[in-house]
Amino acid sequence: MERNKNNRLFSGDLVGGALKHSFLKLSPKIMVRNPVMFTVEIGTVVMLAVTIYSYTVNDPTIGNFWYNLSIFIILLLTVLFANFAEAIAEARGKAQADSLRKTREETPAKKVMRVGDIFMNEVKVVPSSSLVKGDLFVAEAGDTIPMDGEIIEGLATIDESAITGESAPVIREAGGDKSSVTGGTKVLSDRIKVKVTTSPGESFLDKMIALVEGASRQKTPNEIALTILLASFTLIFIIVCVTLKPYADYAHTTISIAAFISLFVCLIPTTIGGLLSAIGIAGMDRALRANVITKSGKAVETAGDLDTLLLDKTGTITIGNRKATHFWPAPGIQERTFIESVVIASLADETPEGKSIIELADVKGFKAPSLATDKDVRFVPFSAETRSSGIDLPNGMKIRKGAFDAIRNIVQKAGNAFPAETEAKVKEIASNGGTPLVVSLNGQAQGVIELQDIIKPGISERFQRLRKMGVKTVMVTGDNPLTAKFIAEKAGVDDYIAEAKPEDKMNYIKKEQAGGKLVAMMGDGTNDAPALAQADVGVAMNSGTQAAKEAGNMVDLDNDPTKLIEIVEIGKQLLITRGTLTTFSIANDVAKYFAIVPALFITSIPTLQALNIMHLKSPSSAILSAVIFNAIIIPMLIPLALRGVAYKPIGASALLRRNLMIYGIGGIIAPFIGIKLIDMVLALFM
Amino acid sequence: MQTELLGVIVTFVLVLLMAFPLGKYIAKVFQGERTFTDFLNPLERLIFKFSGIDPHRKMNWKDFLKAMLTINLLWFVYAFVLLLFQGHLPLNPDHNPSQTPDLSFNTAISFMVNCDLQDYSGESGLTYLTQIFVVTFLQFVSASTGVAAVVALFNGIKEKSTSNLGNFWNYFVKTITRIFLPLCLVVAIILAFNGTPTSFAGKDTIITMRGDTVNVSRGPAAGMIAIKHLGTNGGGWFNANSAHPLENPNYLTNMVEMMAQILIPVAMIFALGFYTGKKRFAYVIFWVMTLGALILIVPSMVAEIGGNPAIAKMGIAQPTGAMEGKEVRFGPAYSGFWGVMTTVISTGSVNGMHDSYMPMSGTMQLLAMMVNGFYGGCGVGILNYYIYIIIAVFISGLMVGRTPEFMGHKVEAREVKIAALVTLLSTFLIKGGTALAAYVFVHHPDVGWAMKPTAWLNNSGFHGFTEMLYQVTSSNANNGSAYAGMTGNNVFWNVMTGFVLILGRFLPIIGPIAIAGLLASKKYVPQSTGTLKTDSLTFGAMTFAVIVIITALSYFPALALGPLAEYFSVH
Repeated sequence: MERNKNNRLFSGDLVGGALKHSFLKLSPKIMVRNPVMFTVEIGTVVMLAVTIYSYTVNDPTIGNFWYNLSIFIILLLTVLFANFAEAIAEARGKAQADSLRKTREETPAKKVMRVGDIFMNEVKVVPSSSLVKGDLFVAEAGDTIPMDGEIIEGLATIDESAITGESAPVIREAGGDKSSVTGGTKVLSDRIKVKVTTSPGESFLDKMIALVEGASRQKTPNEIALTILLASFTLIFIIVCVTLKPYADYAHTTISIAAFISLFVCLIPTTIGGLLSAIGIAGMDRALRANVITKSGKAVETAGDLDTLLLDKTGTITIGNRKATHFWPAPGIQERTFIESVVIASLADETPEGKSIIELADVKGFKAPSLATDKDVRFVPFSAETRSSGIDLPNGMKIRKGAFDAIRNIVQKAGNAFPAETEAKVKEIASNGGTPLVVSLNGQAQGVIELQDIIKPGISERFQRLRKMGVKTVMVTGDNPLTAKFIAEKAGVDDYIAEAKPEDKMNYIKKEQAGGKLVAMMGDGTNDAPALAQADVGVAMNSGTQAAKEAGNMVDLDNDPTKLIEIVEIGKQLLITRGTLTTFSIANDVAKYFAIVPALFITSIPTLQALNIMHLKSPSSAILSAVIFNAIIIPMLIPLALRGVAYKPIGASALLRRNLMIYGIGGIIAPFIGIKLIDMVLALFM
Repeated sequence: MQTELLGVIVTFVLVLLMAFPLGKYIAKVFQGERTFTDFLNPLERLIFKFSGIDPHRKMNWKDFLKAMLTINLLWFVYAFVLLLFQGHLPLNPDHNPSQTPDLSFNTAISFMVNCDLQDYSGESGLTYLTQIFVVTFLQFVSASTGVAAVVALFNGIKEKSTSNLGNFWNYFVKTITRIFLPLCLVVAIILAFNGTPTSFAGKDTIITMRGDTVNVSRGPAAGMIAIKHLGTNGGGWFNANSAHPLENPNYLTNMVEMMAQILIPVAMIFALGFYTGKKRFAYVIFWVMTLGALILIVPSMVAEIGGNPAIAKMGIAQPTGAMEGKEVRFGPAYSGFWGVMTTVISTGSVNGMHDSYMPMSGTMQLLAMMVNGFYGGCGVGILNYYIYIIIAVFISGLMVGRTPEFMGHKVEAREVKIAALVTLLSTFLIKGGTALAAYVFVHHPDVGWAMKPTAWLNNSGFHGFTEMLYQVTSSNANNGSAYAGMTGNNVFWNVMTGFVLILGRFLPIIGPIAIAGLLASKKYVPQSTGTLKTDSLTFGAMTFAVIVIITALSYFPALALGPLAEYFSVH
């Protein structure tokens, strides 16, 4: 089941539903949440009354019926456009979430029956919707997992492509940090017993859908502050319009109610007011498109403010595990001999490092011999005590490979000297960020294998980008400080925590926060949970434990540690979109003043014709043009509101200049052109 | 004409040059560093001891405002009572009468709030006692209140995290002893030696060449005129203010008085830089304010030098520019400059009659008072500008994709609310006050008041409207200059502007200090490359844009119906 990553903004079915909601949202109970548009709605109702009145009574101060009717219709459209913006954003978010939710629709579940708290051995097939939190179910190869849960028994390979789009199967097993399974994914092999962790309707996805739908959507702090600012602009314009009445009386001018309401609606920031909630919803939607489930809109907004990112080295900065990159034979040892003993010693080594040694030898043209049939071969597994592993062959050869000091002990115990050149090589490798593995044969040093971390291609550019955004990156690794430092420098992170224990992350986060910084981290393990909760933005991997997912405020469905970078950009985009559209909206007012104010007074004060710099045809065409422009700019900006204004990491001042030019200066010029064009069209009919 | 322009340029450049070292000195005074005026220490200690003040007590923003407002209330009562009974009190050689209750209400408030709107004429409306102990006294303390208030703001900007905004009494007393007294001494001496009276004797009598006997008012005026300008107060000793030949005898005193009013507001900007250590931030403010002032000054000077187009249409040459309402000894260039400068910096003293200036000048003067933050009054100019900064920080913070921060503190809903309220208030007071006046004028012209509304205006039409708009704007901006064509001394205007004055003064002080206090007590967020730099020219331009847009959007209709309509009908 491929996920719908449709980026078209207006697909037919979405628009239909959104249109319906635009009307439903006219209810004052919903409108009052948005003070700017609510005042427009009041104006619209007044205009309706005026229109009806002007139909029944012929009062020249009220204006003619058709003119009033046009104003009424345009105002109604203004409100509807704003509602549509919000509705379409909600619909898109919901569609996105629904496509995820579809993956977990009715599937048969093999429920483990229980009596009271005791689980029986009996398994019964039930519909997935009947599972509740705490139930157990079994999933075997070929089954679709019916519900989110945590594996309590067994191990399985799972195809998570339905959620992540990644086709490579992943291994999930009981205990440890990779014990979570997601509803809708498929078991490819083996059998697991899973405990249901969420009740139907309470999964993260369900919570997110509720957020998008607006039922539980709370305004974020920045949104509240902006709403206050917009409300105060609205109040200023109420004052402007109300005081205009006595001013007009003084100037012996009558201004019709339609003109007053038009002036008012044009002046208040309807553009941003109409798009504000759509912008917020679209932010969460963009996060969802990046396969990140957010538990609140606030988390997305906070992401834009992040100062520090904590990243695990493995999987984020480096590809998987270390790899062998060089063989360095000891003096007097043939390279071929060295490689041979190295390969034999690694035959039974199932670790990624061991495999990479054989791969490297293969590249050097050395084929691994098959020893598996020989019954007298004894493998010595790695132990923390000996810190080495190896093999004893029937011909008496004892090969060991391991940490430098462990092998040196073996060599010295056998009465041999450890070659100084090899020791120097060991130090050199370590200081270059590599890991040296020393090999001995029958108590004699053979040489060193150099293991290196492979830094992901392109990662240092991403860190560069983050640095330009003002975000500091910190690498967390279990490596020793020397290695850590080398990799940190090579990858271009700003800081690192070496030999990290789980509590080190926590301490680092607290330290940064004490300095007033906002910190994000990504984690999957239960021991990450406290740090995830402590971080301002904690992103849990979907494969992680339930505890980790509960603790964080975002869940990444792709389990991709570099996702944090995208999240930061989404957060910034959200704020930028709000800021630029506010600027645009307010800058628009300049042109509207030049359209409406001369129109209001031109009959009684002809000299004010000089202010009609757009040369609009008549007072009524001027007012209509301004109101029409004010209305249609909202749907014209919906695509921008939904996609978000692009973020460019060019430094704050440069970004401000850029956005001021486009949305500030552009916001002043655009309506002059727009209103003039509309007036030219209207002039054909009026 | 070139000499006239040179006079203006020399004044402006000289005063900017003097403001820089003065700013440094002011910063030192408030930081408690050693200065050459330390010999005044014992005097200050005596004042503190006598008043039972601990000048080292820390004050949070609420304590600070409480202290400031309490003492202001006391001054108001004191001034009100003295004015009400001045006729019966000593030092009244000319036997001037007591003020009516509404007039003394207006006068007491007007001087307490550093506005100096004068609905009386100094020659007959006050006695020497009230000139000195009410008017001059209030001119000192109101200017010092503004300076002390802005130092609290400095503390909020300077400290990373603190609830302490400093001690109001300490700043207040030091402003008087260390800044105003020494400077006033210098200015007063220059004025006295150029012919400004400094005598307690009553009216003098002269016989003119035509043989008429004329009474000439006098008094200890030089000292008052010094603080009138240095403290950006603007209330004159004589009714004609600095157009009066005794209040402003010659071109030199004219320059000195002009420099005196610009000096401290500009010095406070530099003091901000030295005091907080954020010099770049201060310089950007300085350039934005200077640019704003010049944009207002130049059109006015051009209009005045160019002469009146209505007269030009009659075929009459005006080689000396528009001279109606201006003094021959100052000329149109300097008068135009003064007219805008005195409104830019909230002094409101005049050396010509604004009512007779070109409509372009009227527009610029009104705009200057509506903005009230391009330099602005002593201390309060920066406080007003701070509100614009907060709004600019908020909008531009969003535009660069970060929760807005100012000086390492997050600007959130509460701060935005206060800034928005203060902005809203100016619009409400100016537009509301004018609307009320226009309403009464149109709908109740013959209401049975002692002075009927029909008698308010000496001019009808656009100019009459501008007169009312100007009166309210001047009150709100605590400017005090008048569009002299209107009669303000009646119950309606005295009471209405009284309330506009008091709200227009204190809320724009309370607001910024509350914001500064709230911000300073927040957790400090260190700067990163993603943080918007508030000391950059880009941010300066942003602030400028915010000022222009807010002012334009709030006042465009009123300006269109007043001075703009007049401008277009003249041209």
